[in-house]
Amino acid sequence: MDLQILWFILIAVLFTGFLFLEGFDYGVGILLPFVAKTDRERRSVINTIGPVWDGNEVWLLTAGGAMFAAFPNWYATLFSGFYLALFVILAALIMRGVAFEFRSKLPSPRWRAFWDHAIFAGSLLPALLWGVAFANILKGLAIDASMTYTGTFFDLLNPYALVGGLVTLGLFTLHGALFLELKTGEKVQQNVRKMVKRLWLPVTLIAVLFIIFSLFQTDLISRFNAVNIIGLILAVAGLLAAGWFVFKARFGRAFVSTGLTILGVVCLIFATLFPRVMPSTLGHDLTIYNASSSPYTLQVMTVIALTLVPVVLAYQAWTYWVFRNRITKNAHLEY
Amino acid sequence: MDPITLARLQFGVTTVYHFFFVPLTLGLSILVAVMQSLYVARGDEKYKRMTKFWGKLLLINFAMGDVTGIVQEFQFGMNWSEYSRFVGDIFGAPLAVEALAAFFIESTFLGVWVFGWDKISKKAHLAAIWLVAFASNLSAFWILVANSFMQHPVGYRIAENGRAEMTDFFALILNPNVWLQFPHVVLGGLTTGAFFMVGVSAFHILRKKAVSLDEYWLSMRLALGVGAIAVLATMLFGHAQGQRIADTQPMKLASAEGLWHSEDPAGLSMFQIGDETNRKSVINFRIPSLLSLLSYNSTNGKVLGLNDLQAQYEQQYGPGNYIPPAIWLTYWSFRAMVGAGVLMFFMAVMGWVLSARKNADTFKPRWLLTAMVPALLLPYLANSTGWMLTEMGRQPWIVQGLMTVDQAISPNVTAAMLWISLIGFTLIYAGLIAADVYLLQKYARLDMSGTGKLVPWTGRSPAEAPLKDTI
Repeated sequence: MDLQILWFILIAVLFTGFLFLEGFDYGVGILLPFVAKTDRERRSVINTIGPVWDGNEVWLLTAGGAMFAAFPNWYATLFSGFYLALFVILAALIMRGVAFEFRSKLPSPRWRAFWDHAIFAGSLLPALLWGVAFANILKGLAIDASMTYTGTFFDLLNPYALVGGLVTLGLFTLHGALFLELKTGEKVQQNVRKMVKRLWLPVTLIAVLFIIFSLFQTDLISRFNAVNIIGLILAVAGLLAAGWFVFKARFGRAFVSTGLTILGVVCLIFATLFPRVMPSTLGHDLTIYNASSSPYTLQVMTVIALTLVPVVLAYQAWTYWVFRNRITKNAHLEY
Repeated sequence: MDPITLARLQFGVTTVYHFFFVPLTLGLSILVAVMQSLYVARGDEKYKRMTKFWGKLLLINFAMGDVTGIVQEFQFGMNWSEYSRFVGDIFGAPLAVEALAAFFIESTFLGVWVFGWDKISKKAHLAAIWLVAFASNLSAFWILVANSFMQHPVGYRIAENGRAEMTDFFALILNPNVWLQFPHVVLGGLTTGAFFMVGVSAFHILRKKAVSLDEYWLSMRLALGVGAIAVLATMLFGHAQGQRIADTQPMKLASAEGLWHSEDPAGLSMFQIGDETNRKSVINFRIPSLLSLLSYNSTNGKVLGLNDLQAQYEQQYGPGNYIPPAIWLTYWSFRAMVGAGVLMFFMAVMGWVLSARKNADTFKPRWLLTAMVPALLLPYLANSTGWMLTEMGRQPWIVQGLMTVDQAISPNVTAAMLWISLIGFTLIYAGLIAADVYLLQKYARLDMSGTGKLVPWTGRSPAEAPLKDTI
């Protein structure tokens, strides 16, 4: 197998990790003002992701770094092309990260309310914008012969991409709600359950709308292959299963199901793109071959990544085990 | 302003800001790990209180370094896409390794440390903070591997398509520049952590309002010892770096010295007013031969001046301006960095000697304690000016000798877009640093006894609510 193909898969894996883990972090942040009213409730919600959110965010940094190392042209075209969108994402992530740490450090209700807003907006904007970004990549962008995006910021805000943004926003919120169901107790847990039931149908409908939209707005039909068909089935089946398990009050399984939907979406997107990484509407596609590093760099990075990724997975899994308990009313809070 | 100036300004602002927070994380994480080791080894609750107190300050600081670091990774692609295409092969690799090998450990185990006090065994919990300290400093290593390539490119070839390609990963790691810059930076971090502890402890020892002053005294003693050694070692590695750039980046040395014309032997400038338009100095007080001595360990030796290097580079690289754009800044940055270093060294040694066999009540003189409080800003001055010298002194190159900054910029990022992000980041960062300093000064004034009481700034400060449920 070409190392380019391996790295394409590895980057898909890193994005899956990022979207799965940060997905529920974003969802928790978005739901914060709606499922928790008192200060103690708010703190318990934030503490559900307290020990893990930062480690989860490193999946994004690693995906970005891996893209830079393995496909410099992909990294350069994507990051310069989505300049203003990424600026908004960065601003959101900065405010949100600091908010977790600062919020409960002072007793003032105004101080805490300010950071609660930062957590909400800082989670909502990236949840929406990652969907917009991926939908645009799938749709194809005006990329010229020098691999430079020549469109504007407002070209990125087309209806198809915005529906894509709503899909990730809805999916992450649902995923986060299911995570919260598993990690909270008492009043918050009851609020979360109501929220899950309200969210499921609109999220499923918008996802179906996006898939139908994709048949017309992208070249999905002409590029069906085993992997993106499986991805498509997984995405839809995951959502349906989540609905079923919610109905049966089996929330752990419902959470796994929304996780499978996220995996399915990544498979769908990456397998439809392959071997392109950024299709161009001007006929200058970036592919895993013209965007990649030299074989030597890919070899070095392969050895490093294949050694370290399993270790990272092992100790991150261990931390989820350490912090497996629900945050109930008697729990000790740090954030 | 043109896009290049704006993009450079944005990189400067975001990087200097990011590096306000990083060194304290590097140094204080090690010092907190040492204090917790003492707690685990001796079982003395005093050390646990110290660990928790300094750990809180570490966390408030860590959050800022963490989130501003994401910007650093993204903006190479956002603002410098041509640079990213040209060196991605080489520069991307250490960045990816930094995330995989260091950031994951750092973030994951910091979470374990903060939330795991009662959840895992004492020893596993101690291991968590050591992993955080180790991984933070490891991340400094990888980013400096990347930066060293920009200062002194090695282990690469220029491929047929014009891109730089990696040929030897180990040459990148073994880049001599790394092995001077990395110790210089992490020891600078340790100095920052130590002076932070000294400054905060000195405040409490002066005010004498905390229930038990012992913890602050122990903290100060530890930090003075570590600080004296760390600052001396930082300066020695800095000196070695200076000697090295005499060889590899003579333009940077000349710009640090404001040396317009080559001299043999060269004198060390103490105070200079230059005229950058006419490329000469107007007023210059010098100590004869000292620059030659510092550069070559000999009272003789030619140090090349900016004008001669300009002529030499024009021959080598073609017509253009190869003199860094703000000599006054590199010149004064160098002096601020060295001045801060020397001052810190004397303060730390003096404090260490005078505090031996004393305690918080008997320590004299008081003026030294008073001076130590604002002295916690000295490492910040040295850290910032050090990077300004390193990066400004390399201009107009982005990668020394291979690519200039104006070739590196993203072609599709307009001045308007840059204004939006520059103003946006500057405002967000200004707001956050205000919030951060506000929080730090509150938590630094905490009484370690665990009551949440704050020691007031002065005898006349208004009463403040205790930080009861947040410690």
